[in-house]
Amino acid sequence: MIVCFMEKSMNFFEVIKEGFVRTFIKESRYEMLLEGLGNTLKVTLFATLMGVLIGSIVAIIKVTYKQSAKPNLISRILNAICETYTTVIRGTPVVVQLLIFYNIIFAYSDQAVLIGTITFGINSGAYVAEIIRAGILAVDVGQMEAGRSLGLTQGTTMLHIIMPQALKNILPAIGNEFISILKETSVIGFLGVMDLTRFAEKVITRTADVFYPYISIALIYLVMVMGLNYLVKKLEKRLAKSDRR
Amino acid sequence: MIDVKNLHKSFDGLKVLNGIDYTINDGERIVVVGPSGSGKSTFLRCLNRLETPTDGQIIVDGVDITAKKTNIDEVRQSMGMVFQHFNLFPHFTVAKNIWYAPVHHKLMSKAEAKENAMRLLERVGLQDKADAYPSTLSGGQKQRIAIVRALAMNPKVMLFDEPTSALDPEMVGEVLDLMRSLADDGMTMVIVTHEMGFAREVANRVIFMDEGKILEEKEPNEFFSNPQHPRLKDFLSKVL
Repeated sequence: MIVCFMEKSMNFFEVIKEGFVRTFIKESRYEMLLEGLGNTLKVTLFATLMGVLIGSIVAIIKVTYKQSAKPNLISRILNAICETYTTVIRGTPVVVQLLIFYNIIFAYSDQAVLIGTITFGINSGAYVAEIIRAGILAVDVGQMEAGRSLGLTQGTTMLHIIMPQALKNILPAIGNEFISILKETSVIGFLGVMDLTRFAEKVITRTADVFYPYISIALIYLVMVMGLNYLVKKLEKRLAKSDRR
Repeated sequence: MIDVKNLHKSFDGLKVLNGIDYTINDGERIVVVGPSGSGKSTFLRCLNRLETPTDGQIIVDGVDITAKKTNIDEVRQSMGMVFQHFNLFPHFTVAKNIWYAPVHHKLMSKAEAKENAMRLLERVGLQDKADAYPSTLSGGQKQRIAIVRALAMNPKVMLFDEPTSALDPEMVGEVLDLMRSLADDGMTMVIVTHEMGFAREVANRVIFMDEGKILEEKEPNEFFSNPQHPRLKDFLSKVL
C-alpha cells in the first residue's frame, strides 16, 4: 500500500478518501450498508433479549429442581427438557444450527432475518442459562428465606427478590453475551441475509478491492463493541447505587 | 396458639430434633437456649416450616401446618421471623423493605403501607433512613429494620433466630430494647438467643434444649437459680 501511495504521489488522505467513496458512496452503497448494519443490530438485540428470557426460564427451572428435596414430576420433566436443550445447543456449531433452522425446521419460510434471530436467541439462551444459574446461586439463601417468611410464594420471591439481585450480579456477563452475539451474527450471511459482513462481500464483488470493505466493517464492529462496553460499565455503576458502603 | 406434637427432624439421616412436644399460648414469651447443635434453631425454623419436619405435627391457630394441603404462605403471613443475618432486601430502600410484603398481599393500599412504614421507622428512630439502602446501615440498624419489616405484616407471633448473634457488642442493646418493647405490647414471641440476661428479664418461660430434645422448661427465675438437669447445670456454669 505504502509503495502505491508514493508511486501515485498522492496525499495519504486523498487515498483514504477515494477508498471511502468507492466503498460507501458510489452506486449508493451506503443504503446497503445501512440495511446491513440495521439487520446486524436487529438480530443482535432481539436474539439477546430472547436469550435472556430463555436463559432465565431455564435457569429457574434448573435451580428449582436442584433445590427441592423431592422434586415433583413436572419439575423433573422440565429439568430433563432443559438439560437436553443446553447439551444439544452447546454441543453443536451455531452455523450448523442456522442451516438446520433455515433449511429444515423453517423450510416453508423465507424470513431469513427472523429465522436467524430465533436461532441466535435459542443458541444464546443455552449459554445465558448457565450465567444466570450461577447468578441465582450467588444470591444468599437468606434472601429466599426472608421472602418466604413474609408469606411470599417461591415464585414471587424468585421473581421480585432473587432475580433482580442475580441479574445485577451478572449484568457484565450479559453485556459480554450481547457483544459476542453481535460478532457471531456475521455468519448470518449463510442464509443470504444482508448484514454488515455480507455488505463487505457485496462491495468486493463490485469493486474488486478487499482492503477498504473489510477494514471498514472491522472498524464498525470495533466501534460498536467499544460503545456497548461503555454502556455496560455505566449501567453497572448506576446499579451499584444500592451497594454503597 | 402453637401446638407442637412429637416433632422430629433429620437431615440426611442425622437426627436434629428428637421428639418435641410443646404448647405456646397467646402472649407468651418463650426463650430457647442450649449449646450449639442442640437443634434450637431448627426447632424455631420448623414453626413456620422453613424446615419441613420429618415427623410429627405443628398446629398454628388450629391449622396443621405439616399437612400437605395447608397453604403455608397464608400461615406465614401471620408469623413474623427475624434472622441472625437480618436478610434485608439489598435492592429495596429501607422503606420498601417494610411496605413491600403488606402491599403485595393486598393487606393495605400502597399509600397506607408507606405511612405505616414511616410510623414503624419512627418507632425505632430511623425515619431519616427511609430512602437509604440497607448496605449503608449498621448491623443494629439493619436488625431493627428487619424487626419492623416483620411487624408491618401485623403478625400474631414473632420468631427470633439469634437476633443479636451477628451484632457488634455495642449494638446488641438497641435491638434488645426494641424486642423488650414488643414484649411490653403483649406480642407472642419465640426467641432463640444466647443473651441470658435478656432471657431472665423478658421470658415468661425458658426452654433448655440439647441433642434435639427439651431437657428442662421453667419460668426464668427458677430456671436460672435452680436448674435440675445435669446438662443444664453444666451449660449454665459455662455461659453465666
